[in-house]
Amino acid sequence: MSASTADTPLAFRRPSGVRTIKNSLATIFVTVATLITIIPLAWVLTTVIIKGYRLLLSSTWWLESQRGITPRREGGGAYHAIVGTVEMALICAAIAVPLGVLGAIFLIEYGRGTKIARGVSFMVDILSGIPSIVAALFIYALFITIFGLGRSAIAVSCALVLLMLPVVLRSTEEMLKLVPDSLREASYALGVSKWKTIVKVVVPTAFGGIVTGVMLGLARVMGETAPLLILVSYAVGINFSPTTDTMGALPTMINAGRDQPPQMPGYERVWAAALTLIMIVMLLNVLARLIARFTTLKEK
Amino acid sequence: MAVTDTDATERVEPEPLAAQDPSLSPVVDHGAVTTHSPVPKVVAHRAPETPADHVEREAARGVKLAKISRTGDRIFRSLATTSGLLIVLLVLFVGIFLLALALPSLQADQDSFLTSRNWTVSGNELRFGIAGLFWTTVLSAVLAMAMAVPVAVGVALCMTQYLHKRVSGPVSFVVDLLAAVPSIIFGLWGLTVLGPFLAPAAAWLISKLGWIPFFERNVDPKGSVFVASVVLAIMILPIVIAISRDVFAQTPRDHIEAALALGATRWEVIRTAVLPHGRSGVISASMLGLGRALGETIAVMIILTTPSAGSPFSPSIFAGGETFASKIANNAAEFDSPSKTGAYIAAGLVLFVVTFAVNAIARIIAERGVES
Repeated sequence: MSASTADTPLAFRRPSGVRTIKNSLATIFVTVATLITIIPLAWVLTTVIIKGYRLLLSSTWWLESQRGITPRREGGGAYHAIVGTVEMALICAAIAVPLGVLGAIFLIEYGRGTKIARGVSFMVDILSGIPSIVAALFIYALFITIFGLGRSAIAVSCALVLLMLPVVLRSTEEMLKLVPDSLREASYALGVSKWKTIVKVVVPTAFGGIVTGVMLGLARVMGETAPLLILVSYAVGINFSPTTDTMGALPTMINAGRDQPPQMPGYERVWAAALTLIMIVMLLNVLARLIARFTTLKEK
Repeated sequence: MAVTDTDATERVEPEPLAAQDPSLSPVVDHGAVTTHSPVPKVVAHRAPETPADHVEREAARGVKLAKISRTGDRIFRSLATTSGLLIVLLVLFVGIFLLALALPSLQADQDSFLTSRNWTVSGNELRFGIAGLFWTTVLSAVLAMAMAVPVAVGVALCMTQYLHKRVSGPVSFVVDLLAAVPSIIFGLWGLTVLGPFLAPAAAWLISKLGWIPFFERNVDPKGSVFVASVVLAIMILPIVIAISRDVFAQTPRDHIEAALALGATRWEVIRTAVLPHGRSGVISASMLGLGRALGETIAVMIILTTPSAGSPFSPSIFAGGETFASKIANNAAEFDSPSKTGAYIAAGLVLFVVTFAVNAIARIIAERGVES
């Protein structure tokens, strides 16, 4: 190759052997790393599906509770747990979504660049790192020790608010950031007040992203177990009143039955509950991503 | 006022005469539109004008700005600000309330809270300390981070530097789904599937390195810190990948092209342009992952074998144990007396302080990285 460089000075030279080897090793490393990441998901999913799918095929699973069913008996369903999980998540969302959206509006529309906004943003980061068990203990301390209330599904929802709030807030914030300033300015130029601009122009433009955030937040809180363990007792029967101290939920249904020996019928129900939970959570995730894909706001 | 909900400057229209000669106008505000208009009219800028509006305007001759009520704005602004401040308060309250409820039990504690491994909280005498919990928590989380970070960096590099966008999209979807799997399912899977799968590897490590206390044989390897760490590593992978991917993707195009122009191989581009750019982001992502691993509750609780009370301390990764979170969750049903609850809340407080510190450090590192 050196001979040809005399007349064609721009000829390429291949990298030396050591460099080529290093380059190939790096390629192998990133490929293996990617495979290592994909394998656990596939493994978990296949395990749960194989062990749990059978019960999900019958309508009993979706329509009946576990009342009167012992681990040794076949039958019963997860209706009580599914509704409990959904109900607690919805109560949580009812509190967390307005707070999160308003908090994001504060950060982007009102407080941008101010010290207060930086402080709030810092605390949101801390909040998103708070372990669920700490959130649960906090609500326990507040509701049960200080206010003297009993355990309840509402308490669980309040603990979940601490976990959902940062998810909703951050995704809303990201979306509001993407709303072009020209839209805001056009609205101001028409004499529209700031709050109406936010409510009628900015938020609708970012709506898809906000919905995505809410669904991801819902998916996260539905899978949480620690607050359920501390703040509510697992009910095998149907009890949908959020103020009483027992309520079924899929995570606690799994937790309550997980110690059974594999040959018991109850053991299969544990995996079926796990599959149900995974299905709900994955569905929310996939929907959220689809919505995100079809919303008009895109990063430049 | 007819116009109640605006904070846009209301421009008072000059009278026709004034418009022809702006110097005569009592209006200080020179609107560019009206001064150039040959036949100036009173134009409504926003809504169709009501007669009342006009009367008011007549009355306000010579005033630059009409008085505007901004009730809507004020309410909305205070709502948003309150929500922001509420979040700050919420975090502060978590610390304050946990501290308030933990203090009585801490004062009644007969043992040294930081160095004791005892956990006797029922009965009249409180003897509890967090040394054992602290060791297991930190050991499992640090091990998980050590396993997860290299893999995560590899995946993030693969997604940003190697794969075509068409392929990296689905990969990132898979990573997101991995993040969505509830931790209790990871726990169940870890105990029943991954634990037995890793048992031969654990047995091999014990047979080769068992003379080091760190690897000594202790409990049934299925329920060891080792298995818990592997599961934790899988659980924190997505968060580390997501953040690393974002910072790697933001590597300045110029740097990459400069490296390519100098004849760098792909790996050299990564080493000289991508990794230096993303270093602070990766460190910050690792800290966030560490924080997640420290506070993970149910997966660890399911997997780890709880040692019987009074069993000797083992530093081994093949020992069982309890973390802060798993200890609290394991005993959640027993919160009956305030002193007992206080002891668990004290453990929760330590966990809160540790995760607070780790997350704060992560955030500070990330901000430094952005500034530099």
